[in-house]
Amino acid sequence: MCWKGLVQIMCAQSYLDELEAEAIYIMREVAAECEKPVMLYSIGKDSSVMLHLAMKAFYPEKPPFPFLHIDTTWKFHEMIEFRDQKAKELGIEMLVYTNEEGVKQGINPFDHGSAYTDIMKTQALRQALDHYQFTAAFGGGRRDEEKSRAKERVFSFRNENHGWDPKNQRPEMWKLYNTRIRSGESMRVFPLSNWTEKDIWQYILREHIDIVPLYFAKERPMIFRDGNWIMVDDERLKLQEGEEIQQKKVRFRTLGCYPLTGAVESEAETLEEIVKETLGEVTSERTSRVIDYEETGSMERRKREGYF
Amino acid sequence: MMDLLKFLTCGSVDDGKSTLIGHMLYDAKLLYTDQRRELELNSRLKSRNGKLDYSLLLDGLMAEREQGITIDVAYRYFSTDARSFIVADAPGHEEYTRNMAVGASFADLAVILVDVARGVQRQTRRHIRICNLMGIRHFVFAINKMDLVHYNKNYFDEVVAEIEKIIAGFQVESSCSIPVSATEGDNITSPSVRMGWYTGKPLLSYLEQVDVSDSRKTEAGFVMPVQRVCRPNSDYRGFQGQIESGSISVSSEVTVLPKGEKARVKAIYRGDTLVETAKAGWPVSISFDREVDVSRGCVLVKDFTGMVSNLFSARLLWMDDEPLIPGKNYLVKLGTKTTPGTVMSVKYKIDINDGTHVPADVIYKNEIADCQISLSERIVMDKFDRCETMGGFILTDRVSNMTSACGVIKHDLRRSDNLVWQETDVDRQMRSAQKGQEPRTLWFTGLSGSGKSALANALEKRLLALGKHTMLLDGDNVRMGLCRNLGFTHQDRIENIRRVAEVSKLMNDAGLIVLTAFISPYAQDRENARAIIGDGFVEIYVSTPLEVCEKRDVKGLYQKARRGEIPNFTGISSSYEPPAKPEIQIDTSKCTLDEAVEEIIKQLGLDV
Repeated sequence: MCWKGLVQIMCAQSYLDELEAEAIYIMREVAAECEKPVMLYSIGKDSSVMLHLAMKAFYPEKPPFPFLHIDTTWKFHEMIEFRDQKAKELGIEMLVYTNEEGVKQGINPFDHGSAYTDIMKTQALRQALDHYQFTAAFGGGRRDEEKSRAKERVFSFRNENHGWDPKNQRPEMWKLYNTRIRSGESMRVFPLSNWTEKDIWQYILREHIDIVPLYFAKERPMIFRDGNWIMVDDERLKLQEGEEIQQKKVRFRTLGCYPLTGAVESEAETLEEIVKETLGEVTSERTSRVIDYEETGSMERRKREGYF
Repeated sequence: MMDLLKFLTCGSVDDGKSTLIGHMLYDAKLLYTDQRRELELNSRLKSRNGKLDYSLLLDGLMAEREQGITIDVAYRYFSTDARSFIVADAPGHEEYTRNMAVGASFADLAVILVDVARGVQRQTRRHIRICNLMGIRHFVFAINKMDLVHYNKNYFDEVVAEIEKIIAGFQVESSCSIPVSATEGDNITSPSVRMGWYTGKPLLSYLEQVDVSDSRKTEAGFVMPVQRVCRPNSDYRGFQGQIESGSISVSSEVTVLPKGEKARVKAIYRGDTLVETAKAGWPVSISFDREVDVSRGCVLVKDFTGMVSNLFSARLLWMDDEPLIPGKNYLVKLGTKTTPGTVMSVKYKIDINDGTHVPADVIYKNEIADCQISLSERIVMDKFDRCETMGGFILTDRVSNMTSACGVIKHDLRRSDNLVWQETDVDRQMRSAQKGQEPRTLWFTGLSGSGKSALANALEKRLLALGKHTMLLDGDNVRMGLCRNLGFTHQDRIENIRRVAEVSKLMNDAGLIVLTAFISPYAQDRENARAIIGDGFVEIYVSTPLEVCEKRDVKGLYQKARRGEIPNFTGISSSYEPPAKPEIQIDTSKCTLDEAVEEIIKQLGLDV
């Protein structure tokens, strides 16, 4: 390897060290100052990085808070397996919450569109936080993901209805986070605020972090619907006229509910190949998340209403 | 070599800073194709003449897009072959000064936009002042809109001369002025062919190479504020935090401040890995060779140059809609330590635009002032210029929980070189042990005529009979002497309660049980008293209803108030804020005086 290339790798590493230190500092502040914290765990790559950082932050102690997964019942099966295996392996407390009312009403991503996201994700999250009375919830959100996130504080205050007021955010100076809230109010905390998608992948590579196999390219049963490659993960996905299942070599850049998550065609079977592909990437990752591909401002609107 | 540059961009509404950054990302091919596509789409819909509107890349909130202005800081991420960058794009308008300060506290360098046609404005000075206050020592002045002056060198030189005069008055380590056109793209990523007279670097190249490394962090002694204590089992007790400066190795001796105990380092974890030596910026967990009393807020140090104090002089940026009133109690967070504290006095405020000192008693939102601050205990601190982490702090309102201000320590007022506080030989604990009691302040609050004084009197008699040592403070004995110089204005009332609280605390230190009987109608004042007195404060809410109090009207005051003869009479023309969570609540219309006294005795646990 040439000298310039080596310097670049060394620099990239110390940049990652700085991001790592920042995230660990934030996690320790929450553990020390917030009454009842929880770490949201979505099973995706950002969550995997966050979990890895939490294991480091408190070592040799286990993270002094539980983890929470909001299960819409429409996640990829491989995700659920991965979640349960991780929790067991690391010996952490993994809470799983589903909006049972929504399940009873048969709310699903095919028939209910955006109402599905609202009921099975937004409302479920609010119910879970209220149910356990958590006062602070870590999320894996990053500022490079979306415009309204780019404006959000690391410690993001939520009123008693979990709403965000973007015009009146608390000033956040240096590393002096104001964690004070009244009863009923809460905090969303984003330790990965300053990470980019590339940082996430490079860190996964450097730290050998386990991620769900869906991120790696493999032949999978796929259909092409509304401009996205959707995986047929179980029999609940009904084929529409003209659709047929094809074996395609694909991988996923983000993971969510399988009917709402588009795959990309790829040959990347190893982490190194994924990183290489990502570094040369020409579209941002959110375009493969069907739900976010709406008009500008839709994420901000959802956040004000209590979306994470 | 530095590998990450965090920089801030600021300028006023029309200076074009969002455009500048947008253009830089676009030209340097640092956008994803979908971002490019969205930009081109949105530009067609919204920009004034159908040209690409680069600012649309940055203004993120709906209100910002509607009004075409920047309200809050937006963070953007990009990297070139030379460096990774985080850009904090800050609003320039005076109304959003606090949001700009948020961005400035995050950044190592500021890119300040100046419109070449308009020259240096009041707000340019304001931006330099805020950046400097928050710790930025490196500046780039992007002299923008060169296209509008036909790329004429004379205009540029004039502005640069003005800038040099201004920054001479600030602490600046590096400064550079670059002539640019944000809309046309001159000197953004590549040298402008239209300004051959400019021989310096274009903006992006300058940012790729400028050195902003902070020698204070590596050269200063070891400092690590303790975030938390890690106790996974009885064998391990580690102190977790981030090393702010210096380095530390296994078997070195460190001092635990504020108490000053010493211990040797037994082991250091960096994350989950054992290391021999740890450096500035690392998150670590440190264990000692022996048992030392360490908790969150303590600071582990070696060759420390700071101080341990409870009184200091600071420069504040006020950020709350509620103004700063001297004497009010706030929570002061510095490093990992949170302590109640009071802004004792405002020396003067500093004109945010021109820097002149203006006498002031009250400080409003977005104003800067030099103040003296007193804390309820001695904590570890340093001058901000020497150590940002030990010298920067925030004030939080105890009732609204708003981050009311941020500030930087200028110096310790005692200027004592004696780092470690000498404990006095006889302390509060010994004095109260001698009296066989736990000192407390029983703070009665309630409407006029609710029975506070009668109840406090009867309770004191009962306590005396139980062999307790007490003191009763009420309006009569306080207003006649200690607070003789105070009237009934808002500020005087705050000061009155503050003095009563301070005297109560002294008497508690003397081992006494103090009873106070003041209407104290405002939650804020009672919170202040609670903060000053600390442990042992017991709020007793005498919740007798207004109708009953008015019917009793022992002193005939309600009648007078109803006739309008007494202004600001609590319950009639001025409000009473009932305590949300009093330790004890008594309604004297529902029990006899003796029953009330017994109830309080019981709740205080003195009935045994």
